[in-house]
Amino acid sequence: MMAAVTLVIAGQRNLFAVVILFGIYSFLMATVLVALDAVDVAMTEASVGAGISTVLMLSALHLSKGVEIKPLHKPLLPLLVAVATGAALVYGTLGLPAFSDPDAPIHRHVVPRYIHDGPRETGVPNIVTAVLASYRGYDTLGETTVVFTAGIGVIALLRRVRRRKQGGRA
Amino acid sequence: MKDYLVLRVIAKLMIPFILLFALYVQFHSDFGPGGGFQAGVITAAAIIFYAIIFGLPAARAVVPDRLVETMVAGGVLLYAGVGVAGLLLGGNYLDYFVLGRDPVAGQHRGIFWVEVGVLVTVAGVMLKIFYMFADRGLDTEDDA
Repeated sequence: MMAAVTLVIAGQRNLFAVVILFGIYSFLMATVLVALDAVDVAMTEASVGAGISTVLMLSALHLSKGVEIKPLHKPLLPLLVAVATGAALVYGTLGLPAFSDPDAPIHRHVVPRYIHDGPRETGVPNIVTAVLASYRGYDTLGETTVVFTAGIGVIALLRRVRRRKQGGRA
Repeated sequence: MKDYLVLRVIAKLMIPFILLFALYVQFHSDFGPGGGFQAGVITAAAIIFYAIIFGLPAARAVVPDRLVETMVAGGVLLYAGVGVAGLLLGGNYLDYFVLGRDPVAGQHRGIFWVEVGVLVTVAGVMLKIFYMFADRGLDTEDDA
């Protein structure tokens, strides 16, 4: 079903339909993540992918024309690059351990300690929260800083445009 | 969109529940899925919903630009401040064990404030980006 949505997105020229289809794609992705038991990630996907980014795309659409223009050249080279990259990624997944394999390296390093000692050490039953906020606190601090930097970047970019339009300092 | 009665009534009915759900996702994240990031996005979504239905000036009256910009920086500072508080109380940076009477209480307190920091920054950034985009739309309409 997701593949079908992707094909329709690629073929569609009406940008409004593309934005809505992206939202549908994100919701499908969220259901896949729920099926994989990654509820936290699914929640993020649904709220960010389907919610906020749809709104932002719509407001960006408001500033541009509603229909994508015809490409000037044949899309053969980009298609070739995309297929080659996809094939390389699929080839890479062949080397990964099988899904939910308990002997996979990632499950044998620090994960047993998080699962056994996490609830006792932090008093938080949800291991995802315990890892994100406590054991990997530095990483989450870095992520928050990334969000902060992105916001500052957008402010810096869009503010200057607006000031120039009002004829601020010329 | 201000003239559609159905949209206005539904929005007024739903926004309190969306905000409540955001708080639930935030403070129940110890036990269920969710956390600061998701709660921040849901909070921002509630206010964006309000802005879409009632107009940008109405949303700006509720959540002014100044507050949003303070939130963007304040959340990161709060997060980093929890780390500094750990340092001052004699632990390592971002070490929560020293924040409470016993290690588990300290962990709870540390995770709580850190998640609040994430919520504040994420909600602030999302809102700020939306305000920026919506503002530009207004500008181009004025020019045309």
